Parts: sequence; structure tokens; C-alpha cells
Amino acid sequence: MAKVVGGVFTSHVPAIGGAIARGAQEEPYWKPFFDAWPPVRQWLDVQQPDVVIMFYNDHGLNFFLDKLPTFAVGAAATYRNEDEGWGLPAFPIPAGHPELSWAIIEQLVADEFDITTCQDMLVDHAASIPLALAWPGRTAPVRIVPIAINTVQHPLPSAKRCLALGRSVGRALTQWPGNERILVMGTGGLSHQLDGERAGFMNPEYDAFCMDNLAVDPDALTRHSVHEIVELSGTQGVEILNWIAARGALGASASEVSRTYHIPISNTAAAVMVLETEAAKAPVPA
Amino acid sequence: MATSANQPIPGTHIFDGHAAQRGYALNAMCFSFNEAANREAFARDEAAYIDRFNLTPAQRDAVAQRNVLQMIAAGGNIYYLAKLAGILGLNVQDVGAQQTGMSVEAFKQMLLDQANGITSGETAHG
Repeated sequence: MAKVVGGVFTSHVPAIGGAIARGAQEEPYWKPFFDAWPPVRQWLDVQQPDVVIMFYNDHGLNFFLDKLPTFAVGAAATYRNEDEGWGLPAFPIPAGHPELSWAIIEQLVADEFDITTCQDMLVDHAASIPLALAWPGRTAPVRIVPIAINTVQHPLPSAKRCLALGRSVGRALTQWPGNERILVMGTGGLSHQLDGERAGFMNPEYDAFCMDNLAVDPDALTRHSVHEIVELSGTQGVEILNWIAARGALGASASEVSRTYHIPISNTAAAVMVLETEAAKAPVPA
Repeated sequence: MATSANQPIPGTHIFDGHAAQRGYALNAMCFSFNEAANREAFARDEAAYIDRFNLTPAQRDAVAQRNVLQMIAAGGNIYYLAKLAGILGLNVQDVGAQQTGMSVEAFKQMLLDQANGITSGETAHG
């Protein structure tokens, strides 16, 4: 049976892609963020995941406001990253896993989630940057299932609903008869606000609350309404919904492996966390 | 809880159905900027390009003024506006400075200052 080995949670600020393209990882501004990644890669080297379930939000590459799904599940054999308006080079995107996508879709609909299915789907920086951080300089050696959550146009799905969605995905993963080792990723956040007179707002206290509870008590993150999350975390900090859904897919028990929190990356309080499940392999002693 | 029952958050504009309807034309134009050819067409003849998208007078004025708060008031969504900002040579710090009435340097410093009181770096557990 397939094993869900853990989750990697990270901010996905577009400027990270710019920094990668420029080779700016060692610059003083960027180093504290990029330094989060060598331990993550070491953990990935031990876990050797074959599949990534990617919970993210689209920022206007694949979806426009003409048709905007609340939850969209990719079911394609291939995905592409493209120019999002800034002319940055597109990142390579690994192949899809349509059979697993459809197993997830079956489970979600059986659990009464009325999702959108996508057999042709561009994935934007919110999916491509986390993959490029985890597996730099190459196409990630995994197959992916992208799951996009609307964090753009209100009304957004509640945190409670996103956690339940993730748990439904997790049920599909544990029942999947393949032998894959499955990694979950949740991207975006943490606190930031790009728009309005409150632009530049961040909230380390709320971010700490989210990070402290992500592994041990994810339901704590669902006590706030979306409006309250916007107030606490900023208009774009609400991307924490992607983290909450991804946490749900890990199942009941998960433990924290590593955490990095750094202010600022661009206008954002940036965070990187790794959580693992009991199915994770112990590191080989040095 | 319905959105209408929520207290406004100071300095914060929720992009809801009202804004999405109001801003549709402006956001559609910004969405088109995913293609480099469209960005070049806008830069070559801004007025002609805007005409193709039926922007409202308020949206036209906001774009002409390069005024982000006016764009938001006219229904612009920041994720789409960021594509226009790129053409105008504005990054998110420039956009933040403009909206808050700060200099870009002061805005950047405000971002940096928020690191005070947190412990940056990695904490390993277990």
C-alpha cells in the first residue's frame, strides 16, 4: 500500500523564483530563507517520495474570474508552468499521476466535496517554486497531483472545510493500492498583505499560533472564520488555507521535523516547515 | 457568518462578489498580460489596448494615474494588478509604498522592522 510520509509547507512568494533565476540564494537578503532548504532536502533524500500532492492557490495563470472553482483537482498526465506576466523563466513541472488523481476525485466526491476536475491545467509559481526549492536545478523526481484552492475571490472555503478536504484526500491516499511514497505540500503565506492601506501587514504572533498547532492540533486553525484569518494574517495570509488542507491529508498524527520562520521575503513573513508521519523512514545515522 | 455581518478591517479591501463584478474588465485586461505580446501591445499604445477591454471610466482614470488604491476601489484584484504593475516597473514594495503613503525606503524599512522580536532561523525538533 502507498505510504504518506509527510508534508513540506512553504511560502511561495514570486520573488523567490526571481532570486532562483538570478542565483541570489547566497545574498544576505535571501540567505536566511534559502538556508531553510538543505535540511528539507536531506529529509527528502531519506524519504524518497515518488508522488507530491500539491495544495496551492492559482494567482491568475490557469484560472480567471470567468470560471473560478473553489476546489480544483488536476487530473492531467502533464502540467506546465508559464509566464505569469513578469517574463520570469518557467520552471520544469514533473509529470502528473492521473490514476491517483481520479482515485482522489472519487474519494472527494464520495465524501460530498463538489470539486472541479482539470485535465488541462497550468500550474503557477505557488506550485513551481516549492518544487524548485525542494529539488533545485532539475525536474522534481516525482509525479504530481495539484489541488488548487480558491484564496482569491471571496467567499473562500472555510478553514474547517479545507481541513476536511485534506482529510478526504488523505483517505484516498491511504487506500491507494500502489506502492508509492507520497509527500504532501502546502504552499503560501504566512502572514502578508499586498493591497490596501494596510499593505505590509504581518503578524508573527498568529503565524506562531499556526506553526505551533499545525502538527499537533490542526483543528485549532479552523476556529477562525476566513474573515478573522484575513484580519489576523492579511488579505494574502489567508493562503494558510492551503497549509491547513495539506495538513489534513497527512492523517491524524504528524510530528514536526523542522521549522524556519523569517521576516521579510518581499512583503511576506516566510516560513518553511516539515512534518512527518509514522510511515516516514528514520534517518540513517551518520 | 455572512460577509455582510463582518466588521470592516481597517485598510483592507475584501475582494468579494461585488468587487469581482465591478472589476471584471480591469482584471480581464490584467489577466491578458500573462502573454508577453499583450504586455508589449499595452506599452506600445496604452489607450488602444485599454479600449479593447471596455474599462469603466473609474478604471481608466486609475490606470492613467497609476493609482493602485483607485484600481482596487474600481474592483481590481491585487493578484491581477501585479501583472500590470510589472509593466509599469513597480514591484510589490513600490505598490505597498504607494498605498500606504510611505516612501519606498520607509516601506521597506517597515517590513524589515517587523522582524524585531522574532527569532529568525531554524528550530529543529525531535
